[in-house]
Amino acid sequence: MHAPEAKIAIEGIAKVFYKKKQSILALQDITLRIRDGEFVTLLGPSGCGKTTLLRILAGLEKPSAGHFDVRRTDEQKPLQSMIFQENGVIPWMTVEQNVAFGLNLRKLPAKLVKERTHYYLEKTGLTPFAKLYPKELSGGMKQRVSIARAFANDPELLLMDEPFAALDEQNKFILQEELLRIWEEHRKTVVFITHSIDEAILVSDRIVLMSAHPGRIVAEKRIDLPRPRSVEQIRSDPGMAQLFVEIWNHLQREVQGARSEFKPCKG
Amino acid sequence: MKDGFARPHDEESALREWKSKRRARIVQQTLTGASPVFLLAVWELLSRTELIDSRFFPAPTSIVGTFFDMIASGEMLSHVSISLLRIAAGFLLGTVPAVMLGLMMGMYRPMKAFFSPLLMALMPIPTLALMPIIVILFGIGEGSKIVTIAGSVFFPVVINTAAGVANIDRIYIDVAKNYGASPKAFFFKIALPGALPVMMEGIQMGQAIALLTIVAAEMIGAREGIGYLIWSSYKLFLFEPMYVGLILISFFGYMFSLLLRWLKNRLVPWQ
Repeated sequence: MHAPEAKIAIEGIAKVFYKKKQSILALQDITLRIRDGEFVTLLGPSGCGKTTLLRILAGLEKPSAGHFDVRRTDEQKPLQSMIFQENGVIPWMTVEQNVAFGLNLRKLPAKLVKERTHYYLEKTGLTPFAKLYPKELSGGMKQRVSIARAFANDPELLLMDEPFAALDEQNKFILQEELLRIWEEHRKTVVFITHSIDEAILVSDRIVLMSAHPGRIVAEKRIDLPRPRSVEQIRSDPGMAQLFVEIWNHLQREVQGARSEFKPCKG
Repeated sequence: MKDGFARPHDEESALREWKSKRRARIVQQTLTGASPVFLLAVWELLSRTELIDSRFFPAPTSIVGTFFDMIASGEMLSHVSISLLRIAAGFLLGTVPAVMLGLMMGMYRPMKAFFSPLLMALMPIPTLALMPIIVILFGIGEGSKIVTIAGSVFFPVVINTAAGVANIDRIYIDVAKNYGASPKAFFFKIALPGALPVMMEGIQMGQAIALLTIVAAEMIGAREGIGYLIWSSYKLFLFEPMYVGLILISFFGYMFSLLLRWLKNRLVPWQ
């Protein structure tokens, strides 16, 4: 994996949180290389530090040790944009203003902002709702706004923090496929977080399994299914059922292990 | 409805339920409308029959008479205009710095750490109790009245504004950071609009306090104004004009809260 063309090189990252006089090791010695255009999922039980790792990549937390590099191809592009969990859509901006948020912050020419905003509003089926405020949208629609906002920003890499965790199952399937469809266009490098094995198998090129207390990388799985993928296709593939069981067994061991150790940890 | 279809007797009972609910609603509306009328009618009756002392509780009809006399003589206009001017000036003078300080306190922890104890110590002191000092500092004229109102409006607004910023969901701050917001963009796109709903509640509170204060402030060293009207009439045992003053306060209080509610709906269309 130590190929020179790595898009993201994560080197020995650790993170310690301090609570009162206690210190908690949330991440330990995370080393990971992600290729350009690769869709990588961090999968693990809650408390395994996957969100912390993503927040470090997003520039929202500083690592206690180690560092990471993202290889830039275009100095004009922002380094990364994040698709947040539910509620990441800003309520006092209309759908359109939310999608244009990153572009406007970078003070891009109005024409370009409008063009790109409209393109992704159309892609996510939000055009009829462009002038509405988020309170008038369903959970699925809000998450589409979040997706459109990140893609419109055209960053070097996309970070996704359990974007579908709060949706009902039907909506989740629909949005998963929509996300993949939009992603196929440019195949940006993605770091995706989930605790759903099915979701990880559906979207990923590679699944990185993490264990909790402290958060470590314990295994990796390649998913070599051809793209574009659909929920239906993944569900009916017997090889995938085998893979599911394998990952499940692995996670189960980790969860059980963590439970017997019984140490507190922040997700 | 076992088979999923409404049968005729179900429809009938639904209609009956709807009718009884509507009847209850009409009764309630009638009661709401009738209560002030009832109060005024009882007052009128008691006053006319001298069951209550009509010198202290003049009949509503005679208060209304005085009301129109005062409009006709132009006396009303001079009292109302000067009071409104003082309220507006004091309100602005209190609200603008309060909003600015509140936003700074909400955004920067050191600001909050420094100003919080000062605010907590000064807030419980009624501004009216400080009027002697204010008069010494700002003179007996308009200045002291405007400053008194400003002082009492300031506190609820500053505290609500700071709380408004502090209560903005962390995730929006993360979003702004992640998308590279500059401090200026953060201020105008996140902190200010995010704090606005709670800030408006503080401003509404400030408006109510401004009305309370104007009356008291105009009882000291004023020659005109609604507060002066109430106080001077009372001292002269002229109770009709005093009640006119009270009606004016009630009226403007209601108007201001309507105005602010309208403003809130304009400024916070997303809630």
